[in-house]
Amino acid sequence: MAAVQDTPVSRRLSSIKHIIIVCSGKGGVGKSSVAAQLALKLYASTPNVRVGILDVDLTGPSIPRMLGVDGSSVHQSSDGWVPVYADASEARLACMSVGFLLKRKGDSVVWRGPKKNAMIRQFLSDVRWGELDYLVVDTPPGTSDEHLSLLEHLSPVHDRLSAIIVTTPQAVALMDAVKCLSFTRAVNLPVLGIVENMSGYVCPCCGEVSNVFSTAGGEEMARREGVRFLGALPVDTELVSLLDAAEATPPKAESGVPDAGSVGIELVRRYQATPSAKHFGKVLDTLQDALPAIERRTSIL
Amino acid sequence: MLAVQQPPAGIPDPRSVPENAPEHCPGTESELAGKSAACEGCPNQGVCASGAAKDPDPALPFVRERMTQVNRKILVLSGKGGVGKSTFAAQLGWAFASDPDVQTGIMDVDICGPSIPTILGIASEQVHASAAGWSPVYVQDNLGAMSVGFMLPSSRDAVMWRGPKKNGLIAQFLKDVDWGALDYLVVDTPPGTSDEHLSVVQLLKESGIDGAVLITTPQEVALQDVAREIDFCRKVGVRVLGLVENMAGFVCPNCRTESQIFRPTTGGAARLAKETGVELLGSVPLDPRIGKSADYGVSFLDEYPDSPATSAYLNIIQRLKDILGDV
Repeated sequence: MAAVQDTPVSRRLSSIKHIIIVCSGKGGVGKSSVAAQLALKLYASTPNVRVGILDVDLTGPSIPRMLGVDGSSVHQSSDGWVPVYADASEARLACMSVGFLLKRKGDSVVWRGPKKNAMIRQFLSDVRWGELDYLVVDTPPGTSDEHLSLLEHLSPVHDRLSAIIVTTPQAVALMDAVKCLSFTRAVNLPVLGIVENMSGYVCPCCGEVSNVFSTAGGEEMARREGVRFLGALPVDTELVSLLDAAEATPPKAESGVPDAGSVGIELVRRYQATPSAKHFGKVLDTLQDALPAIERRTSIL
Repeated sequence: MLAVQQPPAGIPDPRSVPENAPEHCPGTESELAGKSAACEGCPNQGVCASGAAKDPDPALPFVRERMTQVNRKILVLSGKGGVGKSTFAAQLGWAFASDPDVQTGIMDVDICGPSIPTILGIASEQVHASAAGWSPVYVQDNLGAMSVGFMLPSSRDAVMWRGPKKNGLIAQFLKDVDWGALDYLVVDTPPGTSDEHLSVVQLLKESGIDGAVLITTPQEVALQDVAREIDFCRKVGVRVLGLVENMAGFVCPNCRTESQIFRPTTGGAARLAKETGVELLGSVPLDPRIGKSADYGVSFLDEYPDSPATSAYLNIIQRLKDILGDV
């Protein structure tokens, strides 16, 4: 194997153990929610683990809202951009998104490819993540500029890369998930497995399970494609509300800067209490079982 | 400590940045076009410096010619993915085409994730080229569709294209598709505010876009993205016809109780509409049969005329026609 290329990105990411890319062909299937849950669950798994989450959905960043750090801003230090810590003083849950760089929440980011490419490169080379056990990367839908740029810039650290594909059980989503899988094969990105999201909704009134977006399609696709099935996550209104309303409520209103810390910890605690956290625990176990083998395979290649 | 500025400083008008531009391109409309530091080494430098780049896109006259036969051009947009853009675009197409005298076309510019062929039930069809141009795939006599999905050898194939290639195809969709005379052209877009959106808006600018329908769900994460899309429409000068709230409430098929899957924690689309001064065209409840109809490629409006979602859709479409001044 050729010597590992030395680039600003590879230097910056040398202190990160595992990089997990969350992708899906289709939009709105829950990439960001799965990425956020993955980060929260990893964070809660052991008391010393350090997790980062990078949101490369440049025109529709959702991660800040979901982690309750909406409205925070990024600071520049002599050693690069300081990520926003969702758990404040503990500084074990680092977060970076274009959402932190916007002057107003409602500002649209109207960029064509080259600009997006530049932003992603900056995210990868200029953010001072420090030592991380996991970096979770949330991507926009599709298989285009952001994905190609991401993979291009991450190629020097290819031996630590893996991907999770998120889908819903609907045929239209599955079709795009298959496209996404074709993409990972074309760019030689190892796939940890498929997560089926929104696979059934329990009526709070009568307990009847409705398959709002059909059912079991993800598992079947995984079997057909020879990819590991990581698990199914039913629609969980508690989780939806939690991630949606995770607004950084500023305890010190006059300072204008929300104290994200207390929110972060509180968020983890509340997340652990949702039904989804239980389901996601299984997903995480399967995923962590798969991780060493997947990464070993790439480092041999 | 310094706060990082909105990167990079001095964003040029994105509409004037060529597809193969370097990162800090000042934009072809700029005074500095071809003369700034970023222009060094750019293949377009000579063209920009000469002022020729201020001339319109060469595809424009052809698009204009083709679009003279199209009466109404409506964009379906949303910042967020999976909120029901394609489903709404398809319902809109079907509803327009329910009048046999109305010719309707649906153009799918979601290049990486085309859903329109599946939703319309024509996923296995192919596009044919003739002297008059590419012929759209017809669902029924008066409802045609064009999508990159008709051009892929297999539905498994991923389209791994960067911006310029996507833009090239969109330009071809607009100038080379032989729609014939159309009363309505509905353009379904991918999520976001990027290449595809800019290209469609730029290319259709001269022919005139009648407006955009924005789709959202009641969640704050979706509403934030839609707020950005409204900002985008204002920046590029596209009229916002209104907002449609999808997946608002779920009626249990067993006990008929309505519950909120995607809770409007922050006031839902109604609040966004109020804040931005955009009309809320209506809210469509979540009916599992909508998704099923999309998977099987049948018209939900025709299959389930008794669903509350059907009446919500029809009211929205009627309101749209009123706004446009069509009967």
